[in-house]
Formats: sequence, C-alpha cells, structure tokens
Amino acid sequence: MNTDELYQEILLQHSRRPRNHGPLENPTHRADGHNALCGDELSVELRIVDDQLEAVRFQASACAICTASGSLMTGAVTGLKTHEATALAGDFRKLASTGEVAPAIESLTALRALGAVHRFPQRVKCATLAWETFSAAIREGAVAQG
Amino acid sequence: MADVERWRREFPFLDGDNPAAYLDNGASTQKPRAVIERMRQFAGHEYANVHRGIHELSERSTAVYEGSRERARKFFNAATAESIVFTRGTTEAVNLVAFAWGGQNVKSGDTILLTEMEHHSNMVPWQQLAARTGATIKYVPVLENGAGLDLDAARTLLAERPRIFAFTHISNTMAVENPVKDLCLLARENGVTTLIDAAQSAAHIPVDVQEIGCDFLACSAHKMCGPTGIGVLYGRHEILAQMPPWQFGGEMVDRVEFTGAKFRPPPARFEAGTPAIIESAGLHAALDFVDSVGLESIAAHSSALAEYAAEKLRALPGVRVFGPSGERAHLVTFAVEGVHAHDLAFFCNDRRVAIRAGHHCAQPLMRKLGAPASARASFHFYNTPAESDRLVDAIAEAIRFFNP
Repeated sequence: MNTDELYQEILLQHSRRPRNHGPLENPTHRADGHNALCGDELSVELRIVDDQLEAVRFQASACAICTASGSLMTGAVTGLKTHEATALAGDFRKLASTGEVAPAIESLTALRALGAVHRFPQRVKCATLAWETFSAAIREGAVAQG
Repeated sequence: MADVERWRREFPFLDGDNPAAYLDNGASTQKPRAVIERMRQFAGHEYANVHRGIHELSERSTAVYEGSRERARKFFNAATAESIVFTRGTTEAVNLVAFAWGGQNVKSGDTILLTEMEHHSNMVPWQQLAARTGATIKYVPVLENGAGLDLDAARTLLAERPRIFAFTHISNTMAVENPVKDLCLLARENGVTTLIDAAQSAAHIPVDVQEIGCDFLACSAHKMCGPTGIGVLYGRHEILAQMPPWQFGGEMVDRVEFTGAKFRPPPARFEAGTPAIIESAGLHAALDFVDSVGLESIAAHSSALAEYAAEKLRALPGVRVFGPSGERAHLVTFAVEGVHAHDLAFFCNDRRVAIRAGHHCAQPLMRKLGAPASARASFHFYNTPAESDRLVDAIAEAIRFFNP
C-alpha cells in the first residue's frame, strides 16, 4: 500500500516526537514557509556563529511528512558550515523530487526514507518545505540584532 | 433517495466493480452521460461560432447557445433571459460585478460587506476593489465552531448601509445554509445591493432568484454536473443595464469606429469574445439532468448523507466536526487531533476515498476557528451511505495508524 511506502516507521517516530521543535533563543536568522495546497505552516530559526550552524530549530503545524522532514533536517544541518548546509539542501531537493541519492546523504538513512515522496508528486512539497524555509532563512532571513 | 442506483448508472465514472468513493463534490461534481453525450454531439455535428455567421450552422449554434441561456433563466426563475450572463464560472462572475458594478458604484469611504465564511473567490475581488477605490471591507462574523452567521451583527452592519453585501448561500466549509431571503430583504430595506455566491447551492438545493430577492447571483456549471469553463451570473436587468462593460472585444460591440465603439445591451455587453458555446450545450443538458433527478430530493439526500457521516465521525476519538448543530448542507468539514488533514486525505485516497484537505479556499475563517487545515467530505445525489462508511472506516484506521 502507498501508505506503508510513504509513512515509514522512522518518519512516523519523527513526526510524533519531532526533534528541535519549538522556538530558538536569540536566533540570528529566521524564515516562515507554507504550502498553499494543504495549509502546512512552518518556521525555521537558526543561530549562525562564524558561518557555522550552531543551533537549528523549527516549528510546524503540518502533516506527518512535513514535520518529520523538519525534524530530520535540524539534525542533519546542525554543526555544518552554511555552504555545506546549502549544498545538502540541494541534494535533498533532488532526493525528494527524483529519488536520487547524492553521496552526501548516502549515510543519512532516516533522511533517505523521505526519498519515497518522489513517487507521490503531491507530497514532494511536504518533504521540501522545511529545507526551502531553511535555505530562505540563510539567504534572506538575517534577524536584526538589538 | 429511492433511485440512487438508477442515477449512479448515469455516470461513467461509477462504472466498474469498485469505483472510488468520490466525496469531493464541493470542489467539482462528476459528469453524467447526458452531458458528455450532448457536448460530443454538439461539437461533432452542430458546431459553429455564434452571433455572426449567415450560414445555417451558425444560426443553429446561436439557437443552442441562446437556448442554454433561456434554460438557465428557467432553472433560476429569472424574470428575463437578458438577466443571465455567461461567465467562465463563479469566480469570473464575482470579478465581473466587482469591476463593472463596483468601479461605477463604490467610492472612497464606502463599505463593502462580506462574511467571514466567504470562499476566497468572493473575498479577494472585493479586497482588490477596496484597494483600488479606498473603500473599507467589513465582515459579518461567524458563530463559534462555524455554527452559522451572527445574524444580529449582520442586522447592525446592514443598517450602516454598505454599498454591497456579498455573501455565500451555502458555506463550502461550514455546511451552513444562510437565510438568503431574509438577508436580501434586510439589505433591500437598507438600500444595499446584494450578491449571492451560489457555487455550493446551485444544483444542490432549489435556487429561485426572484424568491430570494437578490440583485446578483453567481455559480459554476462544473459544480452542477456540467462542464468546466462556463458559469452563470444572474443580475437584475435594471442593474445590468446601468453597468459598463469590463472586458472589450468582439460580440459585445454594437458599432465600432476607428475612434471608438458603442456597446450592446446586456447580456452581450458582458460577453466579450467567442463564448463557451460547447460548454453552454453541456450546461443545458446538466440542468435538464439535475431537474430530472429533482432538486428537493437532491437536497434531502446529500444533506442526510452529510449528517450521517458527521455523526459517525464525531464518535471517533479526537475528531472535531465544524458547522451547524442543526440542519447541515451537503458536506462535513472536520479535523482530527494529532493527524494533519493532508495525511488523512492521503490515507483515504489509498483506500479509494476522495476527500478534500487543506484550507478549502477559506484561509481566514479556518485560522479563526483554530484549524488552518481540515478535511472535507462533500456529497451529492449519486453518493451512498456505503461510501460514507468507507470514509469513516478510513478515518478510523488513519487515527489508529497515526495516533497509536
């Protein structure tokens, strides 16, 4: 069944108990994203110090796939340099839209489980929303520091 | 409905042993053979452009097109066929009024009155008109849980004499049927022009524009078992006659010089360019079909099915059903605690049950009700209690899957 193919146990665990979910103290960057098709809403907050992602948190009112993807993303990018994270975001986009596994995500088993969405075109955006919002936060989400 | 099996046989979509349970009629309805066949026949053997050819085909095509207008007049009991303007659908009809009537009648400082339960298509055109003219928009609030319109507030707001009151007949999310006749009377007493969004009510319940007493009414054929690409704007003829055109080109002109043009009277004035001729034949067939089923039985059947589904859904753990506590129109919108609507719809789809998920083009309302996303099942006369059971079973299963 499609249900089992898409909602793998590892993803359900992340959607029920997302990691790094909730507001971040003193973010340096933030962005909001939404999926007009289904009403998913998600925000990402980052603390970037010396071009390194020191902390990444997200908040979502979203479907299981979107929430799991946000949870997995925070784990995957925390500690990376921003250009590394941006490259990983590109790899993830490719994974979600084509199922193609780039070398950088080969070892990220849980993240790879999201590759199943490429078979369900209407769910691709669910998986990519967190990453798109994350990229937007790096690109144009600098928070004015008081 | 006694004859539901008989009517189901009229829909190719329902052929075969195990058709999907199509519960997304609020978005669009399936098409009966009569409509499909009529359009095929017309396109294949009777087609030409309208209102121009001297040849026999064009004459016949024009007769078909104008015959569809007369059929729509009869369906909505308009006083004259000149009151029926063909548009692309409800959205274009509302835009037409917002541009043509609104441009002429709404000025800076005026108020446009809507309700919180409007579909985006009866909200955004007015927001844009307000932005162009400097008018203000006010909304009649919705009662708790979407149980209906706050009619006391409506009375107060209408007494402030807004320029127009544009509101839905049946809410596409809350399953509420608004008291259109009373509201139009109240509006008339205050000198307020009225527009009714009948997208969800047309072909679901009897809609009689003279009895309702509205100035404008808009609907889409594709939600009435008819084709996409055509809809109806009813306008009281005295008002239409005063309105300027909003799109320009062929068909709508009376006489053109290099220096300017004179325009034809309504409805032609509002139908620039070659219209949806084949679709008009389909609309005609759809109205005949719907009438042969009978609007009273359609209303009773789909509303009973929605109530049946609502009752069973309410009994499931964590399910919140929106809308009226009393009589429910043909749909049920609900949310499940801990399970997002998109996951519910995906799960249902896997079990061949088609429902809608999301904000239902009523984002502000759903935010106010604290459910930015919800699921909606909407019924029609060809749906059965067994299909409603398939929905409820799938939702129960989804709850066990996502909230073990």
